Amino acid sequence: MITLAHFIVLGAVLFCISVAGIFINRKNIIILLMAIELMLLSVNMNFVAFSRYLGDASGQVFVFFILTVAAAESAIGLAILVVLFRNRATINVGEIDELKG
Amino acid sequence: MQLDSTILLIIALAPLFGATVAGLFRNQIGRAGAHWVTILGVALSCVLSMDVLYQLVWGGADTFNQNLYTWFQVGDLSTHVGFLVDRLTALMMVVVTFVSLMVHIYTIGYMADDPGYQRFFSYIALFTFSMLMLVMANNFLQLFFGWEAVGLVSYLLIGFWFKRPTAIFANLKAFLVNRVGDFGFLLGIAGVLMFFHTLDYAKVFAAANTLDGATWQILGATPWSVATVICLCLFVGAMGKSAQVPLHVWLPDSMEGPTPISALIHAATMVTAGVFMVARMSPLFVHSETALSTVLVIGATTAFFTGLIGLVVNDIKRVIAYSTLSQLGYMTAALGASAFGAGIFHLMTHAFFKALLFLGAGSVIIAMHHEQDMRYMGGLRRYMPITWITMWIGTLALTGTPGFAGFFSKDAIIEAVRDSHLGAPSTYAYWCVLLGVFVTALYSFRLLYLTFHGRERFVVEHGDHGHHGHHEPGHLEHPPHESPWVVTVPLILLAIPSIVVGAATVGSILHGDYFGASIVTGEHTSEPGEFGGWLSLMLEGFKGEPFWLAFGGFAVATYVYLFNPALADWAKKALHPLWTVLDRKYWFDPIYQAVFARGSILLGRGLWQGGDVGVIDNVLIDGTSAGVGRIAATVRWVQSGYLYTYAFAMILGLVALLGGLWYVVR
Repeated sequence: MITLAHFIVLGAVLFCISVAGIFINRKNIIILLMAIELMLLSVNMNFVAFSRYLGDASGQVFVFFILTVAAAESAIGLAILVVLFRNRATINVGEIDELKG
Repeated sequence: MQLDSTILLIIALAPLFGATVAGLFRNQIGRAGAHWVTILGVALSCVLSMDVLYQLVWGGADTFNQNLYTWFQVGDLSTHVGFLVDRLTALMMVVVTFVSLMVHIYTIGYMADDPGYQRFFSYIALFTFSMLMLVMANNFLQLFFGWEAVGLVSYLLIGFWFKRPTAIFANLKAFLVNRVGDFGFLLGIAGVLMFFHTLDYAKVFAAANTLDGATWQILGATPWSVATVICLCLFVGAMGKSAQVPLHVWLPDSMEGPTPISALIHAATMVTAGVFMVARMSPLFVHSETALSTVLVIGATTAFFTGLIGLVVNDIKRVIAYSTLSQLGYMTAALGASAFGAGIFHLMTHAFFKALLFLGAGSVIIAMHHEQDMRYMGGLRRYMPITWITMWIGTLALTGTPGFAGFFSKDAIIEAVRDSHLGAPSTYAYWCVLLGVFVTALYSFRLLYLTFHGRERFVVEHGDHGHHGHHEPGHLEHPPHESPWVVTVPLILLAIPSIVVGAATVGSILHGDYFGASIVTGEHTSEPGEFGGWLSLMLEGFKGEPFWLAFGGFAVATYVYLFNPALADWAKKALHPLWTVLDRKYWFDPIYQAVFARGSILLGRGLWQGGDVGVIDNVLIDGTSAGVGRIAATVRWVQSGYLYTYAFAMILGLVALLGGLWYVVR
């Protein structure tokens, strides 16, 4: 029997994997984008699980919104990535340290 | 009968009006306008002052004491602008306005070519106003206002020729030395306020008897007599203003100012403010024998030792300046001997003949084209007879020739000092003032002979020499000539009182009851002897020691400077150590320069280097910024610029926030 707890744990595991993917990853910005997508998916997992558990469909409606936004976001993210690569000729996270005063 | 307060207001404010108009509208009214408006203002004051004196003495008017305006009120202390006009005040008012009027007229001639003509008139009219406020005050604060105002005008006028470095040095010196005196004066006023809880003369003097036996604990547990503390503090103020040793150093230097103000401010009126003040405070001073002894000793010291310097100085104005110091010493000694009336009497006679001497010296200076060194004069009597005769009159009055004004007042002082009962100070002071008579005669006649008699020691250059810039000392372009009438008329008008004022007033001032309640004499003075009219007093004078001492001085001066000039040079060499002491003026200036001036420069430099640069700049300001820099340098590595460290920090923050929230909600 698969209970609510299984789904929540799955969501938490996915979230932790994606967090680790963000700051353990030192190589590739694409992996960073993927980690962010994964983070959103873990949230979606929670929404669906609770929607089913509580019998309320609005949770699943939120999932659609999130998916839409995530698609748009990854499209823009990849576009920025292309521009970034064109300018710096690298997508190595370790070499991008402009974000300081 | 009561004096009219409007009249008194006009007396005080007419010179102020003149000063304001001449000062602020100097371009509109021009040179003639400036001297007319100020002279008319001062003349009005003078005439009204004489009327006030007349009403007080002959018209049976009562002493006027009234507050006219409330200046400010703090708690239960209210300060007023008001006038106390009794016979002492009226006498001072007449002296001040009369001498001031003479000086105003004289200035037309003396400053004729000066570009600062209007400014000068504005200043001296302002001075007259300030001095009148000082003498007419009925409370200590107004006295202090007048006191500081005359000091300010004195400062402005010493530095009148502000392009001369020596004048700027002199006025700064006068200002600083007077600050020392004024500090004591202010402490004295504060003491009065603390003890009497009022600054009003009438109330303070009415309560003066409570001073007896009253003590303060100032340092530690030693009780200090209140009367002594207050009187000594007030006297420090008088020492500064009236140039008593050791605060006398500013007066000789003040001769950098134009001669008319030397006559008005630094001889006749302002410098006597200290003497006037002590006489006005006589109800307080009689309660402290210590204070009176101090006054006596300082006055006598000033009288004798500054007179000695007059023997070696060659600048004609400085000789008279040292003479002024010496005569101020006489006045102060009289105050110390509780002969306040004699002090004021000498103040009055001195005002006339010393103003005369200064204005005469100014006339000589005009004739000599601003050469002031007596070594380049001589034989001037042929060129300027009026100046010569009036200077003779002034000198005879100064040396105390029987019959002249100075005789009556100076003899009264010497007698009062002789009869004072203050122990050793009295003996010391008596010898000082007695020998001072000899010194006075010696330097006065030396001045006369060097200037007006003997061989001409200047060269009159004809032709085109000396037409460019500064010429050599003792070389004149034109022969000296008598000064214009605006200069000689004041000389003549001052010569008249120099002769007669002593004889005319000695009866009522010294032997009558002229001052009435305005001066308290206390029990230290002896009763004045039998008075049989001024003529018998004068004949009596021929028998006394002072006359013979003065005659001795006259004889020595006549022999040395008229018949045997080489003797003076010989004496200078023979008495070289003494001459050096006098020529260096007892080293007061170098010592003050080294101790106080250098000391305060060192203190200032120490505070600057140690306090300002060391602590404030290096530690507080630069130290703060350096500290911020160091902290920033260590904290900077936190901001790596890598996205993942920021994300990590975000996660950590989130965990901490949620953890904290959980901890609280649990």
